[in-house]
Formats: sequence, C-alpha cells, structure tokens
Amino acid sequence: MDRAATAERIAVLIAPFNKKGIAVTDATTFSGDLEFDSLTVMDFVAAIEDEFDIIISMNQQAEIETYGQLVDAVVRLQG
Amino acid sequence: MSGAIDLFDKFQPIIDMRAGLLASGVEDPFGLVMERVLSPTVAICNGRETILLGTYNYMGMTFDADVIDAGKQALDDFGAGTTGSRVLNGTYAGHKAVEQALKDFYGMDHAMVFSTGYQANLGIISTVAGKGDYIVLDIDSHASIWDGCKLGDAEVVPFKHNDIEAMEKRLKRIPEGAGKLVVLEGVYSMLGDIAPLKEMIAVAKANGAMVLVDEAHSMGFIGPNGRGVAEDQGVLDQVDFVIGTFSKSVGTVGGFCVSNHPKFEILRLVCRPYVFTASLPPSVVATAATSIRKLMHAGNKRAHLWENSRTLHAGLKQRGFQLGTEAPQSAIISVIMPDLERGAAMWEALLREGLYVNLARPPATPANMTLLRCSLCAEHSAEQVQTIIGMFERAGKATGII
Repeated sequence: MDRAATAERIAVLIAPFNKKGIAVTDATTFSGDLEFDSLTVMDFVAAIEDEFDIIISMNQQAEIETYGQLVDAVVRLQG
Repeated sequence: MSGAIDLFDKFQPIIDMRAGLLASGVEDPFGLVMERVLSPTVAICNGRETILLGTYNYMGMTFDADVIDAGKQALDDFGAGTTGSRVLNGTYAGHKAVEQALKDFYGMDHAMVFSTGYQANLGIISTVAGKGDYIVLDIDSHASIWDGCKLGDAEVVPFKHNDIEAMEKRLKRIPEGAGKLVVLEGVYSMLGDIAPLKEMIAVAKANGAMVLVDEAHSMGFIGPNGRGVAEDQGVLDQVDFVIGTFSKSVGTVGGFCVSNHPKFEILRLVCRPYVFTASLPPSVVATAATSIRKLMHAGNKRAHLWENSRTLHAGLKQRGFQLGTEAPQSAIISVIMPDLERGAAMWEALLREGLYVNLARPPATPANMTLLRCSLCAEHSAEQVQTIIGMFERAGKATGII
C-alpha cells in the first residue's frame, strides 16, 4: 500500500482519538498536539496494528513522535 | 551557572501534585512511619494503634516463632551479612537451603534466589529475552516487569489486560524465527483480579512462546499446594519460569525464579542483576527457608484467609463501595475511589479510624484510577474483619464516598 492510501486509512482510525478535533498534518505530535496519554497511545496503537496486521513494538513507538513518522513507519512495516 | 538546566524540572508536575494534596490538609499518604509493629496485623502508626490492611503479609509469617528463631540462629552462626555476590563469596549454606526449599515447594528442578522480587523480574526478563527476541506482555504488568523489558534488548509488545485474543493476534504477527517470551501475572495487584492462565498459556504454547508467570501475589494460598494461579488452573507444568517473592506470603525480603528448563543454571553466570549485587543476609534466607517449608502445610491458614477475603468483599460491596472485582479472586480487595482528592481524604479518614490501607494512584494504576487497596492476612481474626468493615462504613460516610 502506498503512503497516500496508508495515510487515508490512518486518518479514519485517528478520528475517534482526536478529542479536540484539531487538523492533523505530518508535523502533528501525539503527546503535544493531540495530548495522548499512555492509555490512549495503547488503544490507538492497537487499532493501527489490527487494521494493518502489523506489530509496532514499544521500541519502535519510542521513535515515533509525529503523525508523519507514524505513517512512514506503517508503510515500512507493511513491507 | 546561568543557563544551566535543573535536572529536577522534569519532576515539577509530581512536585505540584504532591504539594496540592498536602495543602488540602491530609496526612502524607506516602510518608507513613510504623513506629512499632505489634503483630502481622497491628502496628502503632503516628501514635495510634492501627489495624494493618495493606501489607501483602498474606500468611502472617513475619512474627512466626519458628521463623524468628531460625533468623536469630543464623545471625549468631553466620553473621549480619555476606558482603558478596552469589557467584563470589556470597553463597552460604543458607542460600542453598532456601533454594532447595523452593524446589520442594514448587516441585521443580531449579531455583535461583535474588536479593529482591524486583531484581528477579529485572534479571530473568532482561537476560532470557535478548536482541531480536519478542516479549509479549500484559499492559497492566508490574513495574519490575516493565523495567526488565527496558533493561534488555528485546522488542516489547504489550496487549490489553487479560485479553486472550489481543495476545494471540500479536503472537501471530511476530516474524518467523524470532524467539518469544510471554509474560503474565497470576494475580494483578492493583485490582486483585486473576489471569485466565489456562487459556493464555495454551495460546502462548501453540504459538511457540516460552512463558513466564509472576506469582508474587498468590504464593502460599492459591492452588492446592499454594503454588499459585497456574497450579490452581492446572497449567503449572506448562510454565517455563515462575517468578516469586519472599516479601509477601513468605514474610521477609528477596525474590526468586523456579524452572524446569534443563539449561537454567547458566543464568547464574549471565544474569547481571543476580551477579552484580550482594546476596541476601544469612538471617533473611534462614527465615525464608523456614517460612516456605511451613507454608507447605498451611491449609487451615489458607482457608481462613479466603474466608476473610470473602467476608470483606461482601461487607464492602453491601455497604455500597465500588470494588475492583465482582467477586473476590485473591487476598486483595481493591476499593475504587472517584478521584485522588477524595481517595486521599478517605485514606486519611481510615487512618484516623485506626486502619491502614494502600493508597494507589496514577500512573501506577490501570485506567488512571485512584484505589484503596486492601490486602488481607490469614492472621486477621473474623472480629477484626468486622471492625474493618465498620471503619470503612464510617469513613465512607464522613467523606461522602458512600
């Protein structure tokens, strides 16, 4: 799946977690802009993992701070 | 000095939270001092005689006469400490004896004793799962399990608490050829709920994973021989590593791992939290060995502990408290508070009544809950349990919780 198609599917998944309804761009940060706490991160990561049938280990999550980095990681993890 | 960053700035949010809590006038829940300890269930705290309901001293072994005698004898015979690592000068006859007691208690081939339960998880998890391996663990795992993951080099994959399907999905996604370690707990200490180990271990094994179960909060009273939740559910033989502690039912301090793995003994040379620390003092291993052997024959105490757990659970539920589990599943009864402020007020009201429980707050708690955790002891009398329920009722009404 290419980056645009992946981003489109992630956009759908992020909507229920985007409580303040902010406009999400590649530069949007999860902890800062979206104010995700650790519980939200877990639920959101689980939703992404199940949608794409991948694993995003905690080690990999530590490298992902922005929405753009997440999309890149999911593209990469799908092989 | 201008421009120097204070490394303590990162702690400001928790400094503020603590200051806010104390400003409301409550006694510091994290600064309690036990001035005298009268028995496994009663101490003098802040000048008041207080019933202890938050000590994890499940079997009341801390004041057992045989246990204390064994400790005194070891102090006389072997001195106050070993001043050395287990792999250098720190293995005494007592360390071998307590490992033998553990092998007998669990019916397993190998036992390795650490200086604390925290170090047992830290050491075994970080050593067994290495680079390229995967650790699949419950999101509500104890801090020592998370820290073991952090110390090691494996990929760490958490799943939703007690969710068999979520665990299975993640196991199936792990790349072909990678080593897998599933980490579970028998009893989860925050809510006092148990894990469906039978189903989870079957899934883990079907997916080629080794299994580690932390039975810290079940040893001594869950299972036909007190070996824990895995024994109770008939799957102890499927567990590769059982982690446990001496600081709960055993009544002293220390941690351990028991296993039937044929190559287990090599861990003594490669496990850094085992090698690079001093071994337990002779008196501690002597008390632990005596206590473990007595726990093998503690059927009556076990039955009384379960009675206490059922009575407290029913009593609190009937008075309108919200509890962590629908029915009592362990010796931990967790009372859910609406928020930290009212939880702290309730905690203090209980202390003034003469009752000590654990106040647990985020981030240590699941779903950011504030909890009053009660851990029962086999030495609590039926009368004490009724007294405790009365204290909860008065404090709950005074603080508007019920």
